[in-house]
Amino acid sequence: MTNHAIEFDNVWKKFARGEKYDSLRDLIPSAAKLLFRPDDGALQQREFWALRDISLRVEQGDALGIIGPNGSGKSTTLKLLSGILKPTKGKLTVKGRISTLIELGAGFHPDLTGRENIYLNGTILGMKRTEINKKFDQIVEFSELRDFLDTPVKRYSSGMYARLGFSVAAHVNPEILIVDEVLSVGDYHFQEKCFNKMRDFVRNGATLVFVSHNLTAISTLCKKVLVLKSGAPIFHGDISAGIQKYHSFYEEETKSSSLEVMNVQLRSAEGEERDIFEPGEKAVFEIELKALRDIRNAHAGLQIHTADGQLIFVTATSRLTGKKLTLMKGEHATITFSLDLNIHGNVFLLGFTMTPEIEVPGEWLYYNPRLKRVIMTDGRKCQGFLHLNPSVEVQLEPKTSQIEFVPRS
Amino acid sequence: MTMALSTAPIGNSSSPLPRSPERFSQYRELLLILTTRDIKIRYKQSVMGLAWAILMPVLIIGSGLIVMVAFSTVSGKPVNRLDIFSVAIKSVPWAFFVGAIRFATNSLVMNKELVSKIYFPREILPLASVLANLFDFLVAAGVLTVILVVAKIGLSIYLLWVPPMIAMLVILSSGCGILLACANLFFRDVKYLVEVVLTYGIFFTPVFYSASTLGKWGTLLLLNPVGPILEGLRDVILLHKSPDLGWLAYSAVWSCVGSLASWKVFKNAESSFAESV
Repeated sequence: MTNHAIEFDNVWKKFARGEKYDSLRDLIPSAAKLLFRPDDGALQQREFWALRDISLRVEQGDALGIIGPNGSGKSTTLKLLSGILKPTKGKLTVKGRISTLIELGAGFHPDLTGRENIYLNGTILGMKRTEINKKFDQIVEFSELRDFLDTPVKRYSSGMYARLGFSVAAHVNPEILIVDEVLSVGDYHFQEKCFNKMRDFVRNGATLVFVSHNLTAISTLCKKVLVLKSGAPIFHGDISAGIQKYHSFYEEETKSSSLEVMNVQLRSAEGEERDIFEPGEKAVFEIELKALRDIRNAHAGLQIHTADGQLIFVTATSRLTGKKLTLMKGEHATITFSLDLNIHGNVFLLGFTMTPEIEVPGEWLYYNPRLKRVIMTDGRKCQGFLHLNPSVEVQLEPKTSQIEFVPRS
Repeated sequence: MTMALSTAPIGNSSSPLPRSPERFSQYRELLLILTTRDIKIRYKQSVMGLAWAILMPVLIIGSGLIVMVAFSTVSGKPVNRLDIFSVAIKSVPWAFFVGAIRFATNSLVMNKELVSKIYFPREILPLASVLANLFDFLVAAGVLTVILVVAKIGLSIYLLWVPPMIAMLVILSSGCGILLACANLFFRDVKYLVEVVLTYGIFFTPVFYSASTLGKWGTLLLLNPVGPILEGLRDVILLHKSPDLGWLAYSAVWSCVGSLASWKVFKNAESSFAESV
């Protein structure tokens, strides 16, 4: 007996694209047409595979992120998981009570009050009346909407709507939680709250399947990721490699007529090649390149992006040394950046650029913002992108007791 | 590449039948809360409130009276008191039947959000529509009962037939409702056809007159399975006599076999609801 919470065995899902007869009125002429003009191939239903041959297993208590461009089959996967859709081919097994956050407040009725909708939505999501009674206060507390409980939800703002939706869904207490890009609503404070709630679920042993374009959120919550493209599983495995793969969709293989990167290495100060670092550790980023034509007075740059593609750090040879780089065609060069990785708890992408003497925005001799990935471990002392090496001292007046600082587990 | 065709149910959460009693009771609660939702919304949105439940039957009874007066002027027979009560007794359940089917037909499409976003057994939606209309029916039936009591229609042992006949009508409406809801999901113009059929249906159902007044053609009216139920209700409430058991059995068979068949069709089509809605 395995303890796989979710199993996909060669799952395929077919959708029909384009015209679909959704009225009898259309069906009759089209049937008549078919009768008089027998199938010449053109009338075949235009179908396509929304998901192709997905096989994967998610162990109980694991968190799986699903990423991919729009229309790559992420939501379809979640709908298959929650039983809304059935696979065309293949087998899919799910063990445990599922709660789906595919759309917040999908079961709400605009004319009913917040209170009535909590009961309605809770029941739709699989709670019993007695259970809702018990959790009612918690739900209201979490949503921070106590003052609006007796207002019909059609008068709610979209943020309030989403708050109530998440609050109900978060209290279903699922064994498997399926979340589809719902963190993008609500104010920052509430997003943070939802995010922490999801993390609590995972810590308490629930299985999480999470679709989001917020790669920072994904990489914080999930260790494994499934990358989809046009319905096909491109990659399944370690989160950082997955994120790199995902970013590579948006760019063809970097081809530069000016230079070729021969070798890239990320090393620790001791010279050991690796890509997992402790916050604050020293790292050496070495790029070996060959000039394909004469390069004069150029600047070689280093960039660091977050998983979401936000640029957080830039430097360049000219800034560091005040000197410019000149290479003749066919010459090799090794550029070695050393830096303290004062970054924290996430996946980051190291990029390398070469800009001409006179910088023109968007014009590069070479540009690859994700040449190498680096995984920063979570120091537990702090959160966020930056590692500022904090320490603290607390003095109590009067000195009656001592506070003990215990590292969070 | 070998691919097993999916015949195995996908987890407990999506198997077509509730596996455990716990699941069953959960779906029963869902049915209940969706029914109350439908009722609440109807009454919140309307100015008339509960009067809405009575309006439809009153309108039908009103038009029935007009038809009867017209008949009596043609035939020269005066309208008697029993005929008026007969129309009233038949109109209330007919209004239920029409309302239940109308709402059930639209139920899946109207709850698009739920159908495409959350899993639960879909037949709960049309069934909730039928039950919400049953609530209206009970309100109207309560009013009618008061009127009948005031009019001293009287009691008889045959009144025991009323509950099973109402049950038959509910089963029949549910059967039609889930089939039409499913059809309307795939073909959006089904609701217009249903509308037309329901409007003219009153002429092919013994509501304004009884089957016997049409002589040998009356049998045709009884072929409509709602017919014998309405006739039966009139027999036991107004005429204090046993219903025509043969015809009633005919309706019962329609109700049961029809419901089972449409439920089967519904269940077979259910897996493609979310992508077609």
